Amino acid sequence: MSAAASSPPGEPLLRVEELRVEFPSEDGLVHAVDGITYQVHSGRTLGIVGESGSGKTVSSLTTLGLTRRQGARISGRILFEGQDLVTLPEEQLRAIRGNDVAMIFQDPLSSLHPLYKVGKQLIEAVRAHRDVSKAQARARAVELLGLVGIPDPARRVDEYPHEFSGGMRQRVMIAMALANEPKLLIADEPTTALDVTVQAQILALMERLQRELGMAIVIITHDLGVVAEMADDIAVMYAGRIVETASAARMFAAPEHPYTWGLLRSIPRLNGPREEDLVPIPGTPPSLISRPSGCHFHPRCPYAQPDHARIDPPLEPVPDEPSHHVACLLEPDVRRNLWVQLRAGSTPEQALAEVEPPVAPA
Amino acid sequence: MSEPLVRVRELVKHFPLTRGIIIQRKIGAVRAVDGVSFDIERGETLGIVGETGCGKSTTAKLVMRLLEATSGEIDFEGNDITRLKGAALKAVRREVQMIFQDPYSSLNPRKTVGSIIGEPFAIHKLLGDKGERKREVQRLMETVGLNPEHYNRYPHEFSGGQRQRIGVARALALSPKLLIADEPVSALDVSIQAQVLNLLRDLQRRLGLTLMFIAHDLSVVRHMCDRVAVMYLGKIVEMGPNEALYDFPRHPYTGALLAAVPVADPSLHGNQRRPLGGDVPSPANPPSGCRFHTRCPKAQALCSTQEPALVDKGSGTLVACHYPLTREEVAQIGVRSAR
Repeated sequence: MSAAASSPPGEPLLRVEELRVEFPSEDGLVHAVDGITYQVHSGRTLGIVGESGSGKTVSSLTTLGLTRRQGARISGRILFEGQDLVTLPEEQLRAIRGNDVAMIFQDPLSSLHPLYKVGKQLIEAVRAHRDVSKAQARARAVELLGLVGIPDPARRVDEYPHEFSGGMRQRVMIAMALANEPKLLIADEPTTALDVTVQAQILALMERLQRELGMAIVIITHDLGVVAEMADDIAVMYAGRIVETASAARMFAAPEHPYTWGLLRSIPRLNGPREEDLVPIPGTPPSLISRPSGCHFHPRCPYAQPDHARIDPPLEPVPDEPSHHVACLLEPDVRRNLWVQLRAGSTPEQALAEVEPPVAPA
Repeated sequence: MSEPLVRVRELVKHFPLTRGIIIQRKIGAVRAVDGVSFDIERGETLGIVGETGCGKSTTAKLVMRLLEATSGEIDFEGNDITRLKGAALKAVRREVQMIFQDPYSSLNPRKTVGSIIGEPFAIHKLLGDKGERKREVQRLMETVGLNPEHYNRYPHEFSGGQRQRIGVARALALSPKLLIADEPVSALDVSIQAQVLNLLRDLQRRLGLTLMFIAHDLSVVRHMCDRVAVMYLGKIVEMGPNEALYDFPRHPYTGALLAAVPVADPSLHGNQRRPLGGDVPSPANPPSGCRFHTRCPKAQALCSTQEPALVDKGSGTLVACHYPLTREEVAQIGVRSAR
């Protein structure tokens, strides 16, 4: 139920179906991921956007089988080239992890071992999946460092992580992820810890490597600017669910979910009118242990109606836009009119007053 | 023109690098802030932007007098406060307050919100009467949008955005003349950032605050500030009114920063970006001449030998560059804030 009209025909590389991940805790069951479905094709980029605690990281860790040891209860299917990664035995999963599917994490310093030379760590990544000699693996390590744009790779391969700057460390992480030419790269907030000029370098590098190697990318971020630059398709997550999914162009031009509107109106824009006030989303993200009833967003939604606290909206196609899905109980016409008002700079209250007819309280 | 609230001239802070454990020898210095001059007018918001290690936080700490300047001068209301000590320093500190980046580590978890916000009164021996102090704290809580009934709660009972409000209330307690906000929203979620930014802008308008706003996010700085100073390796490379700087950046570094900001609008992504190459050099051993010349696409021979002065190049900002950007170049590199 995802992807966009522009997505290529044929089987997607990764297809996540009704994935559910729950963690038992002292306070109760944490519903980290609550039945999400999405897919990515080779050569395409899916952006998953959400705030902390929306389940975006847990869903991708689960793809790599990294939540298994934490006692997570996992259901649903994660189909990678036809294999279900949820039920795959650990050894077979290990053969895929770091080989066909690789991941880049947010913090490059804590993801590299401080006591081993960068080269040794790269050689290990290569030799874990390829039956090659140390010398061959080392040559590959040097090649990889060059590929990600580290100057003088033959010398730097023998340096320790602390001798690299933040941006260079993230390049090393990318080199390690690319060691075995993965078909799918999962990048979890790959640039959040970096400065803007370095961020631009890393994003450009990921785009170039995608063009050259044809891999699929899932980029997880809270930064709407980064997804706008990188993604072909976007999924917005809230409280463990996907609440909206569309092509990047459509998500920014005609968003349908009030939470997406809230995100778009709460960031200052580099090219917007400066006097415009930001419109924050009221309240705070809900607890994943005791989630609000009905639509999980209703306590923070300025347009919520009384019955929205009872009815749980499914993710459904938008009328006339089969590739754009949204989980919202408002009427499609009302939603469209509201967004027209909001885009013109109205506050949610003004927009609501403009949109006729006002919905009678139930 | 009236006298500026803060006047900083040729401010320098070098952190010594030493070798040896018992007998420490100085082998060099990290030139964190290396000759910075600026004014902050009453009622204005001055933004300081730059990347990690450019010296923006060190500058804030120097103005706060949390660090001792190596040389240079900081005037507050016309008086040199650079070397004040004891009671005189404490009196100045009443006038300058700070909002910190991390709302989780900057609040004492064992204290109630009431005593955290009331702490400045205790430090400066004001409002000795308990009832009076409580009333004032509750008034502050209301000002920043917190429920005054939560006076006896602890920080962990509040969300990130609310904690940042507690930090703001504490900073406002003594009605300071200058408020320094060091990355006040970078630790917060997107939807929460807007709450805190709106609060600061609202307080700025209502109370006529003078604000020094330090951030790495250029969109946030554009939204908040009247004037902006761009720092690179301990120096101000460009400074000017918000509109002029964002519309027509003259320093190649400012241009590169503005071109690198990802914009949440896919329709703008027509031109391919050419990101700035390389890394920020070490402040312990900054490049000669213009410090940016090692990464600058426009660098000429002169740039590596002669340091450019911060001067007006006719477009409204002060810029330290021998070969400032032209209109055509600004359009070429893809500065999204240019009109």
